[in-house]
Amino acid sequence: MPSLKTFRLRIRSVQSTQKITKAMKMVAAAKLRRAQEQATAARPYAEAMDKILASLGASFKGGTGPRLLAGTGSDKVHLVIVATGDRGLCGAFNSSIVREARRTIRTLIADGKTVKIFCVGRKGRDQLRRDFSTMIVETMTDLGRPRLSFGDAQKVTARIMEMFDAGEFDVATVIFNRFKSAMTQIVTAQQLIPPPAPEASTAAPAAAAGGAVYEFEPDEGEILADLLPRNLTVQIFRVLLENAASFYGSQMTAMDNASRNAGDVIKKLTLQMNRSRQATITKELIEIISGAEAI
Amino acid sequence: MAKVSFRLVMPERELLATEADMVVVPGSEGDFGVLPGHAPLISTVRPGVLEVFQGNKAEQRFLVVGGFAEVTPERCTVLADEALPFEQVTPEQLAERERAAERELTDAATDAEKATAEKALAVAKDLRRAQAYYASR
Repeated sequence: MPSLKTFRLRIRSVQSTQKITKAMKMVAAAKLRRAQEQATAARPYAEAMDKILASLGASFKGGTGPRLLAGTGSDKVHLVIVATGDRGLCGAFNSSIVREARRTIRTLIADGKTVKIFCVGRKGRDQLRRDFSTMIVETMTDLGRPRLSFGDAQKVTARIMEMFDAGEFDVATVIFNRFKSAMTQIVTAQQLIPPPAPEASTAAPAAAAGGAVYEFEPDEGEILADLLPRNLTVQIFRVLLENAASFYGSQMTAMDNASRNAGDVIKKLTLQMNRSRQATITKELIEIISGAEAI
Repeated sequence: MAKVSFRLVMPERELLATEADMVVVPGSEGDFGVLPGHAPLISTVRPGVLEVFQGNKAEQRFLVVGGFAEVTPERCTVLADEALPFEQVTPEQLAERERAAERELTDAATDAEKATAEKALAVAKDLRRAQAYYASR
């Protein structure tokens, strides 16, 4: 039977752990709110961009147009962009992304494709390095500190574009966590290059809603050449925002659980401590009473 | 009188959404004014000054850097990479930006870096010129 002192020490240590996890939960909640606000604020730009792209895309049908839109015409080399967090203590956030990434990579390899990996975030790199160290072509960490900005997305896109222009890959897919709520995040794989063709049903009303055919200044090709990389940046930015929100949501949930677990452990330890104290008292009483009876 | 519903958006957030009598956008092929009923147009935007008119007066001015403008008879949406209210920008800031870009250019090691720096420098110069021009009016 451990002594009362060891119990007290253990309880105190669990209590201080609980304080830390509680504080982390609070911080995560505040950051989550900020991340969500940022995601909402970024929406108008993305929507306006989509609209322009839809009206432009209508004039480039059936595999014409720049390579960014139509693809390189082959799908031999795949670039898998794995967007994770830089830090842990966030439940299954990082591992669920990495699991999906592993699955995707294995399927692609089984199909006889060449795979290159672009890690955005330290945790993804650390985990993927074990299995696929030779395939990781690029890593970027410490994005979005202290605050995620469009510039961060531009950095990522610049590197992707550099690789694409050098013909280092044909298809790019990004794997990230889509934010649904603080409790649920959905691991999503989204193809970026070439963008999945918009379905005819969605493209047609968009063009019809505009009512008129746009004039272009300078011309379609030039605008498109300018617009597509920018659209890519917007997509990446969205991915980073969703990921940030998911990360904090996940961390909040994880820390909430941890605080609750710590509470349970404290309760259990207190009970055990009281029991053992009671046992000592009872034992001493029995000794006294039986001693008195013996006289 | 009909108005143009004007929106100025940056990647991070929407800067302005308002009804205006006229908007003057610095298009890459020259400034163009947008009045209600303008022909549908998509244009790229060069670094310069964007003006929002109420009546005959330019109520608000913004320094914008690159991006696109989408114009329909009712709406005008400008997607800018960067946009700042004109009054908040001082010539010193822009001069500093130009110097920073120049430093980048001298430090540039690769061709790609050099190209980026050159672009940034051109943007900074354009902005300074635009600022000086509009400030004197």
